[in-house]
Amino acid sequence: MRRLPLFALAVAIALGAAPAGAQDTVRVGITYRPGVLPALVVLPAPGLDSVRAIVGRDLDFSNRFEIIQLAQSAPAAPRTATPINYAFYRSLGAALALELTAGPGEQVTTRLHDLGAERMHTELIRTVDKGGAGEGRMSVHRLSDDLIRAVTGQPGIAATRIVFQNANDKRIWRVDSDGAGLVPVSPAGVETLSPVWSPDGMRVAYAHLTREGTMPIVLQTMQTGTRTVVPTTAGTRNMTPAFSPDGTGMIFARLGEPGVALYSLNVRDLCCVELLTGGRFAENFSPAYSPDGRRVAFVSTRAGSQQIYVMAADGTDQELLVPYDFGDTGNSNAPDWSPDGATIAFHREVRGAPQIYTFDLAARRQTPRTSTGRNEDPSWAPDGRHLVFISDRTGRRQLWVLDTETGVSRQIMTPASARLPAWSRPIGR
Amino acid sequence: MRRRPGLVPLALIALSALGCGKKAEPVVDVPTSNPPAPAPVPPPPAPATNPTDPNAEAARVTAAVRAELGNVIHFDYDQDAIKPEDRPILDRKAAILQANASLRIRISGHADDRGSDEYNLVLGNKRALAAKRYLESKGIAASRIDVASFGEERPADPGQNETSWAMNRRDEFEIIAGGERLVQPR
Repeated sequence: MRRLPLFALAVAIALGAAPAGAQDTVRVGITYRPGVLPALVVLPAPGLDSVRAIVGRDLDFSNRFEIIQLAQSAPAAPRTATPINYAFYRSLGAALALELTAGPGEQVTTRLHDLGAERMHTELIRTVDKGGAGEGRMSVHRLSDDLIRAVTGQPGIAATRIVFQNANDKRIWRVDSDGAGLVPVSPAGVETLSPVWSPDGMRVAYAHLTREGTMPIVLQTMQTGTRTVVPTTAGTRNMTPAFSPDGTGMIFARLGEPGVALYSLNVRDLCCVELLTGGRFAENFSPAYSPDGRRVAFVSTRAGSQQIYVMAADGTDQELLVPYDFGDTGNSNAPDWSPDGATIAFHREVRGAPQIYTFDLAARRQTPRTSTGRNEDPSWAPDGRHLVFISDRTGRRQLWVLDTETGVSRQIMTPASARLPAWSRPIGR
Repeated sequence: MRRRPGLVPLALIALSALGCGKKAEPVVDVPTSNPPAPAPVPPPPAPATNPTDPNAEAARVTAAVRAELGNVIHFDYDQDAIKPEDRPILDRKAAILQANASLRIRISGHADDRGSDEYNLVLGNKRALAAKRYLESKGIAASRIDVASFGEERPADPGQNETSWAMNRRDEFEIIAGGERLVQPR
């Protein structure tokens, strides 16, 4: 397999020196803090252009590696007695090398080499859609996530999607985590708000704002598009649905005449609505379950401004969750509980613009994550380190992904302004 | 997405309008993979005033009263208190409701787009309720007033400046029943 064409030493030296002419063949991730992330070189993979491009980008977007992406047409390193030329790729500054080889049919063999130890770290043989187009991309993304788990022991976010409301047509759209596969989900002519994923990634729930001002909660199956109006929500005004982590329950806010209260619902049998919060003139909304399903963070106006509270999932033990200075701290909204249970993300108004914050529950420490433009409505990725949110820092409101570990962020382009994003759990696992 | 964008939403809107907030309501499934049944199209609303009505004066009065009922009121940023200058507008609506016993209205609250998207629905609700409570305090039965909130979803003015925002922080008033023939209050 490792019949690498001869590679001129002069070219190797030129690559190492990175002259201007080599910029299209070697990309060193200089936007990352050097020395912090292991550098990973993606080797040319004949016959696997799409798979290689998708995996390389997924690993880059994981923010766990500094990616050195050789051009697919780059000549291979000089052959050695070892499976790959460890010394050569080490000379590019890489600690890891990713080798993809096409097997029979749709089979791909993936080998990750530890260049320092001069041994193979991981071998994965997977069946993927080699064309990497349309729905087939997910099989490639799953390969990327398997690689990330093999190296780091942590879940990846490649095989995930984001739903959001497109401000132009007010429909729910979805996009793959890498920005591909942008399609509308909800039908045209139905005005929507606040989409959320079911934990299994099979359905979304959203509020449907009718012309008369009622807001039923709709459950829509992603595969078939089948829609179900949640009983008891037709003819009433409801918003901000949230699935329980086991997928059997839902908490949502109902706009009523005394105020706005949180209700729970058995979403498996679509029955059994129960009032969770009282307070005649208080508003309680935007619930977010803890990953163990036992607690719910939410927004309440009970003390005046909008701030983040927490309660048991049955509505008992309500208390302030994120501390604030009364009369000083801006409104805090849109909490989302991280998948590891350790952190709440939310946005807070600072000098007239919302900014993303995280609150470390154990350390009780609040950390601002953004400062430029308006940044709002954060939602955690399943790896518990990436957040998607809406930012207008480059003009209109767009999806942005922030890695809270490295501070690196990237934009996901959408056709119009985007609102209210929600990140799925892994798709198809 | 293999959808038929024209028919399915209509069907959902029509079907969801059938339910009325009771527990026993049926679950509505709208499969989009099969050809949808022809969507029931509601009949066009009856004309507000009959153009052939010989009583032109009654039609003129009805139109004038309807216009007055439609006057919007405005709010300060992130506030739901009725402003003193809007009280005469609401007093007038209360008088019209008193003079026209079968009249029912919907008050819909709106917000500018500076606060949180989801909170703005809450704020619109508070603004609609503030006007409803005011009318109730003037003796209008609560059952004659529906409320709705559109948050920041229906701006009156799409601009991004103080004037536009002030225009968007509002309550709108809409007749939902009994508006065919209206009289001026005494």
